[in-house]
Amino acid sequence: MHIKEETKERHTLSVIVDNEPGILARIAGLFTARGYNIESLTVTDISEDDLISRITIVTSASADVMDQIIAQLERLVPVHKVVDLTALGPHVERELALVKVGGTGDHRIEALRLADVYRARVVDATTSSFIFEVTGGTEKIDTFVSLMREVGLIEVARTGIVAISRGKEAA
Amino acid sequence: MTAEKSGADILVEALTDLGVEIVFGYPGGAVLPIYDAIFKQTRIKHILVRHEQAATHAAEGYARSTGKPGVVLVTSGPGATNAVTGITDALMDSIPMVVITGQVATHLIGTDAFQEADTIGITRHCTKHNYLVKSPDRLGDVIHEAFHIATSGRPGPVVIDIPKDVQVATAKYRKPGAIQHKTYRPQVKADQSLIESAVEMLAAAERPVFYTGGGVINAGPAASQILRELARITGAPVTSTLMGLGAFPASSDQWLGMLGMHGTYEANYAMNKADLIIALGSRFDDRVTGRLDAFAPHAKKIHIDIDRSSINKTVRVDLPIIADVGRAMEDMVRVWKGRQHQKNDLSAWWKQIEEWRAKKSLYFPASTKEIMPQQAIKSLWEATKHRNPIITTEVGQHQMWAAQHFNFESPNKWLTSGGLGTMGYGLPAAIGAQLGNPNALVIDIAGEASIQMNIQELATASQYRLPVKLFILNNEYMGMVRQWQELTYSSRYSESYSESLPDFVKLAEAYGWTGLRVEDPADLDACIQSMINTDGPVLVDCRVAKLANCFPMIPSGAAHTDMMLHSDNVSGEMDDEAKALV
Repeated sequence: MHIKEETKERHTLSVIVDNEPGILARIAGLFTARGYNIESLTVTDISEDDLISRITIVTSASADVMDQIIAQLERLVPVHKVVDLTALGPHVERELALVKVGGTGDHRIEALRLADVYRARVVDATTSSFIFEVTGGTEKIDTFVSLMREVGLIEVARTGIVAISRGKEAA
Repeated sequence: MTAEKSGADILVEALTDLGVEIVFGYPGGAVLPIYDAIFKQTRIKHILVRHEQAATHAAEGYARSTGKPGVVLVTSGPGATNAVTGITDALMDSIPMVVITGQVATHLIGTDAFQEADTIGITRHCTKHNYLVKSPDRLGDVIHEAFHIATSGRPGPVVIDIPKDVQVATAKYRKPGAIQHKTYRPQVKADQSLIESAVEMLAAAERPVFYTGGGVINAGPAASQILRELARITGAPVTSTLMGLGAFPASSDQWLGMLGMHGTYEANYAMNKADLIIALGSRFDDRVTGRLDAFAPHAKKIHIDIDRSSINKTVRVDLPIIADVGRAMEDMVRVWKGRQHQKNDLSAWWKQIEEWRAKKSLYFPASTKEIMPQQAIKSLWEATKHRNPIITTEVGQHQMWAAQHFNFESPNKWLTSGGLGTMGYGLPAAIGAQLGNPNALVIDIAGEASIQMNIQELATASQYRLPVKLFILNNEYMGMVRQWQELTYSSRYSESYSESLPDFVKLAEAYGWTGLRVEDPADLDACIQSMINTDGPVLVDCRVAKLANCFPMIPSGAAHTDMMLHSDNVSGEMDDEAKALV
């Protein structure tokens, strides 16, 4: 007997929550307990009075399961609202990465040239290394990091996705 | 200005303000200040159980039989971890419950202190919500909010973890007004247009079925009454899940019996052939649906539930309605009557149902040599039905036989562990139900294996002079395990024999109960009478046929139409796909 896999689609969810202790564990735990997948998760306070946080979750699931994920999140007592930005339509997604690259000579020049193409900024430099700061969609960052791998990638740190709907209204 | 009170006194005062009369608990180091506050008052009665798991099940039994929330008080560490099974049980079966756990003092949290456990972490996913209260200033509001959350919307368990220093420290307490929670607002009133659509679908249906669940019980006794009215004016048949038994009277002509894995032939076939299923406070559990791709293939489905996450979870429905099921049924009845709909001509549908009923799927062979377990339940029902008893059960064959053969006429009389399937539920639940209904006849229908999981509670019943009756169907097997091994694993009875059983009669006597034993079918009725007529708690060791199986049965992962009846020769070996299903 083999276990069957379902086809999944990727969605970005924006979850507005009360900023109370344990809320992140509650949400992360919901995903593990029910077998949902988290590709990326960011959380930060977004209010003046430190009471409200926005959690941005990138998850992939079948359409039915996606519906369940949203319903289950909405059921948590401290959750104000859940917005499926992918289903909603036009929205902006961004991620920031810090990419440390080492090397001398041609590799160093090539790294700088590629960084320029990807609009990555140099935020630290030594005679044998750079740290680049690059922002963009996940795909752009993935591509940049894989290019850097060829010219001396040392390590990378990424924020995960933050996202917001387009237009003047709040989602 | 009101004077400051200790956290423990605030807790007791808040519970009193909330109308709590009974708390089920067990003391320990981290709740000593609360126990001292309880000692100094008289309005709340504390029931000392013998194990914290039993406190939670007793609270469930109290809640399910009275409609009021059950309240539990346990200490930190092992007190809290022992309560986890009952908390999970209450979550699965939507039982309103508030569990107060002691915690080590705030400055000790995280240091692996004596009897420290991460109660909030452990219970995060088996509660509807939980709180760690770090200041006595917050305590009063948290307690009131916890009761609001536990009892409103889809009910469930809420844990309040209170560190010992917070119980001792002082603050002001003021009874809060009506709670308007900033995020938690369950939708109780259905959208009118959806109600109208539901009524139109119902009026047009040729083969409708009401599929009711525990939500109807949770919606209160009025919901059971309105269900009867809805069934009466539409003429449609009614089936129910295990949790919903009693919402609709078993004596009604429109009653099909329970559906699902051990449901009747007529209930499951009606679901399979229906053109409209109206799910009322039920959640399409896998024990109900059987194989999903073969579930109710011809039916449009209306699903009324207060929990949006129950909608489209396993079965996609055509018309979801989020509402309190009682309120929604009231609205449906009003719209139906307002539009002057007449009862549809369902005679062809009923003729079909009669043919399925003629299968007599609850048949079992009679015996004069040994007591058939099904007969024991039937006799128990015959002997007690005039007293409208409260029945609790453990989990296994006896539970399914009770569900099949004990005919419930009213709600809140059937207390069983449905979702979690917790062996050891029945005796403490019976204790809780007896405390909530002092004059009721309360009987735990048990199996000899399950009962041993909380057997220590015999002492609790003795201490509080509770006349609980414990009716053990003793077949010397974990019967449902043995049945599955017979059907799936060619009767390789791996570890399912109840070896080294105690002498239950002597055990009962040791705890101050009356103990009775019956083996001969000729003595069954007399023994049941003796059980009912004996004052105080009585245990009956009813020795039944050892190898009887519970039929009908839809094997795990099979379609409703693949039902095994008593006459089928079914023992053997199943394939891996079947073995992998629960």
